[in-house]
Amino acid sequence: MNFEFTEEQLMIRDAARDFAQRELLPGVIERDEKAIYPTDQVKKLGELGFLGMLVGLDYDGGGMDTISYVLAMEEISKIDSSVSVIMSVNNSLVCWGVEKYGTEEQKQKYLKQMARGEKIGAFLLSEPEAGSDATSQRTTAVDMGDHYLLNGTKNWITSGKTASTYIVIAQTKPELKHRGINALIVEADSEGISVGPHENKMGMRASDTHSVMFNNVKVPKENLLGEEGFGFKFAMKSLEGGRIGIASQALGIASGAYELALKYAQERKTFGKEIINHQAIAFKLADMATEIEAARFFCLKAAWLKDQGKPYGHASAMAKLYAAETAMKVTTEAVQIHGGYGYVKEYHVERLMRDAKLTQIYEGTSEIQKIVISRGLVD
Amino acid sequence: MKILVCISNVPDTTTKVKFKEGDSLFDDSGVQWIINPWDELALTRAMELKEDAGNSVNEICVIHVGGASADATLRKALAIGADKAVRIDACPADAYHVAGQIAEYLKENPFDIIFSGIESSDYNGSSVGAMIAEFMDYPGISSVTSVNLDDDDIQVNRAIPGGKQVLKTETPFVAVVQKGIAMEPRIPSMRGIMMARKKPLEVKPAAELEVLTESIKFELPQEKGACKMIDSESAEQLVDLLKNEAKVL
Repeated sequence: MNFEFTEEQLMIRDAARDFAQRELLPGVIERDEKAIYPTDQVKKLGELGFLGMLVGLDYDGGGMDTISYVLAMEEISKIDSSVSVIMSVNNSLVCWGVEKYGTEEQKQKYLKQMARGEKIGAFLLSEPEAGSDATSQRTTAVDMGDHYLLNGTKNWITSGKTASTYIVIAQTKPELKHRGINALIVEADSEGISVGPHENKMGMRASDTHSVMFNNVKVPKENLLGEEGFGFKFAMKSLEGGRIGIASQALGIASGAYELALKYAQERKTFGKEIINHQAIAFKLADMATEIEAARFFCLKAAWLKDQGKPYGHASAMAKLYAAETAMKVTTEAVQIHGGYGYVKEYHVERLMRDAKLTQIYEGTSEIQKIVISRGLVD
Repeated sequence: MKILVCISNVPDTTTKVKFKEGDSLFDDSGVQWIINPWDELALTRAMELKEDAGNSVNEICVIHVGGASADATLRKALAIGADKAVRIDACPADAYHVAGQIAEYLKENPFDIIFSGIESSDYNGSSVGAMIAEFMDYPGISSVTSVNLDDDDIQVNRAIPGGKQVLKTETPFVAVVQKGIAMEPRIPSMRGIMMARKKPLEVKPAAELEVLTESIKFELPQEKGACKMIDSESAEQLVDLLKNEAKVL
């Protein structure tokens, strides 16, 4: 077992850290407060190759391994999770699915642009009445012979307004239940698509989360991803990898808050000494550091399994569950260590605490992760 | 046109500096190495000159004198965009020794422009660039804040107190660059990091050169005293402390 990163992996981590410090930190509070989409930051992220870092070089991606992805996601999420969620969805939900299951034509037409970061992808699974229960898709893709006719509404879509390319999960043969579900590549400017207003979220306020409505949208047959009826399995497979991204995001939120709390605890004095020298604070920091390290191991283990071509769904569910719960706990403690300063925006930790909450909810709630993990125990 | 960028491998600025062997040697255990910030700016400017289609710059090489611990730093320079890297496998003794090694390489491998950072953030010698120019009998320009090429017309700006001096020169020349030569260092792209694997990193044996100085001892600066924070609206308290406690008024 080797716990050392390669020179390239360290270089990627450092590049992500430099990018986050230089490009994301300035203005992060204002973007959060006013829910301003990070247009310039996402563009630069794309130019550096982070938006397609997992895609192979043949399709204009970075050709990086998943361990590098975890390291980059952690660094970017320490500063701005509104940006890292865009990176995570584009990489591990959209690009991964097209690269893994798409036809050569689909890869040439859609994947390359997304891998270069010139266009952004969105993953449309959740519905008003189908969040955790993804089998209950109400959106329909009726087979019309030479095309599918798409109707329905998708909710909570990251990059819903900015994305040019959607992967839409929709029901084609309801009689087959989840085996009748398809995954379709849909161009966001297709006739019949409308985008709802920006969701006014508690955290990750700068990412654009929207509902997307489909009204008799024609989707060419060649835009089907995988076989007919593969859509549900496709979605579950995509989410297995997506969970590594969100687990790494949660890890970054936790370690970002921890670093701020550690620094603050060494500067802030009460009763004549730095608060880190009070055992009540020192023990909090010790717990935070330990749990973050455990979360990091979970994330890296899942990434390593994926890179080795081994099953990783169970490990990624554990990583997502543990990292999200750790993020919530650590950010709450970071606010506590900061006292009153932690409750105001300039000190960042209250934002990280709001951001952490979302990691327990999206791409499979913590409760859903426990279902996945517990089923894996007896399989 | 070929540009050579001299690279120092320096400890990250957050490094806790320690010495060993009777305080005569820097203890580099556990140190995170980075490209010397001024050299990184020089490399950035070299990249900009190469990318400007109006220029004839077609090769950027980075060079370092030192041990294998610098290889990661050199590969980062390759990831940023240098075409090749050369490491002279020597234990750098002082600026004269480093400049001499680079000059020996230049005699066999001529370049048109040699960029050197104004100083290294570790030993702070500020001498290598000027010494290379002297060894090679090239024009050497210090405190350079910009280099612009227009065919054979080369314009170099250098900082002087309160203003700048504009110079013309011809290749080959050495520019000792400082802040301003480029806006900010480049972050390597994912593709750049992958491509760096395939670029050459040559390790050359050191030339037999005389070492003129010997480091005897290092000393750390005195630790800062305790700091008292005075509220910005309590000027009277500040004056009182300066007068009665610090006794400087």
